[in-house]
Amino acid sequence: MKIVEGLYYTEEHEWVKVEGEKAYVGITDFASHQLGDIVFVELPEVDAELAKGDTFGVIESVKAASDSYMPVSGTVVEINEALEDEPELLNADAFENWMIAVELKDESELEELMNASEYEEFCNKEE
Amino acid sequence: MADLKRTALYDSHLKWGGKIIGFAGWELPVQYEGLVPEHHAVRNNAGLFDVSHMGEVSVKGKEATAFVQYLVTNDVKVMADNQVIYAQMCYENGGVVDDLLVYKFDNDEYFLVINASNVDKDYAWMVEVAAKFDVALVNLSPDYSELALQGPKAQEILQKLTDTNLDEVGFFFLKRDVNIDGINCLISRTGYTGEDGFEIYISHEDAPKMWDSILNIGKDLGVKPVGLGARDTLRFEATLPLYGQEIDKDISPLEAGLGYFVKLDTDDFIGKDALVKQKAEGLKRKVVGFEMIGKGIPRHEYLVFKDGKEIGVVTTGYKSPTLDRTIGLALVDAEYSKMDEEFEIQIRNKMSLAKVVSKRFYQKQYKK
Repeated sequence: MKIVEGLYYTEEHEWVKVEGEKAYVGITDFASHQLGDIVFVELPEVDAELAKGDTFGVIESVKAASDSYMPVSGTVVEINEALEDEPELLNADAFENWMIAVELKDESELEELMNASEYEEFCNKEE
Repeated sequence: MADLKRTALYDSHLKWGGKIIGFAGWELPVQYEGLVPEHHAVRNNAGLFDVSHMGEVSVKGKEATAFVQYLVTNDVKVMADNQVIYAQMCYENGGVVDDLLVYKFDNDEYFLVINASNVDKDYAWMVEVAAKFDVALVNLSPDYSELALQGPKAQEILQKLTDTNLDEVGFFFLKRDVNIDGINCLISRTGYTGEDGFEIYISHEDAPKMWDSILNIGKDLGVKPVGLGARDTLRFEATLPLYGQEIDKDISPLEAGLGYFVKLDTDDFIGKDALVKQKAEGLKRKVVGFEMIGKGIPRHEYLVFKDGKEIGVVTTGYKSPTLDRTIGLALVDAEYSKMDEEFEIQIRNKMSLAKVVSKRFYQKQYKK
């Protein structure tokens, strides 16, 4: 299982990568394996203002649809449109293929998330 | 998973990497390696399923044929010995109690195979109906394990384990007392995938050995263990109905497009009057096939709209692994069931366009 250092992680298996004011959000390798073959990704509108915990997207495997939750509050500034045509990119490399970019509303929310080693420990308990 | 039953193959599933979920009161594997590779294994080579959760009822007695004829929609009295047919059991109002396979041993003995989630309801219904007939019913559901080996290489694999020439078992026929891998079995050339294949009824104690033998001997031919996930996508592509989705107590077999299995011109059966009337008056609702034009995956219970008016509900929908098209079945008002008719499926908070297409999504590959 791949885990990338330097990212923030949630218990719902999303990751956050901060670059200045902007944060990229995606799902982890663990999540993409759990989901299996991903066949559809639904993303929010650009400019959507979402609070921490809100559903920002839906990822569908052949079997079922799963919600993705905002790890932090913010305004959507960009979506990864490539996922709409090639949802399988999330299976190929979940860390390379971010889902949305947001402008952070409150950086202090990041402190509530896990770092890579905490997340690894969390996944080991889940398996 | 409290109160869930385990099949005799529970440990085998763990051993072969099965991911266990609760289904119809049972703990069963939803997948092993993954839904999509398992699905393709069945279409291209072979897959082995644990379907021990299915229920079985024995019918014996002088009036066995008359009883089953009255119980189900299909014509039982024309069956040959050792033949199997698909049928529904209906209520008086034409709604479906369950769909089932009828195995005929001879005029005085039948073996009925029913859905796991309906076993108690079905058996109670059969007992009630049987009161007027000279028959003895036994619910054998707790006594049998059942395996399904499905796919174009199913026969080649199973043949390695038996001296019985499997060509002798025709499509929708059964054979009793077949020795497979030293185990006495009842087998039939039936299944729920749209492929050739066999269903195998054996004792619980023999099931784990048979499971391993088939997977080991068929390994070079590409057999894989297959979970409930691919079982559903396979049956869906072949337009085989699932009770609770395409058929239900509130959906008649005619509405579901299963009229072929409803013989209205034969002896009386329960629900016949209602179905004759329904047919004469014209169907008000129909199960149709559709393909998505817009984005999204249609799922069971999503609503169908036309010009803002609710006209039906999705019974099953998937991004089809074999066809790579996003397709579904929906029960809609009959006036919207014509080919190429467009309607919208509500997917979460958005409407997405779909159009009616033939529901023969996948051409069944039976060996007849």
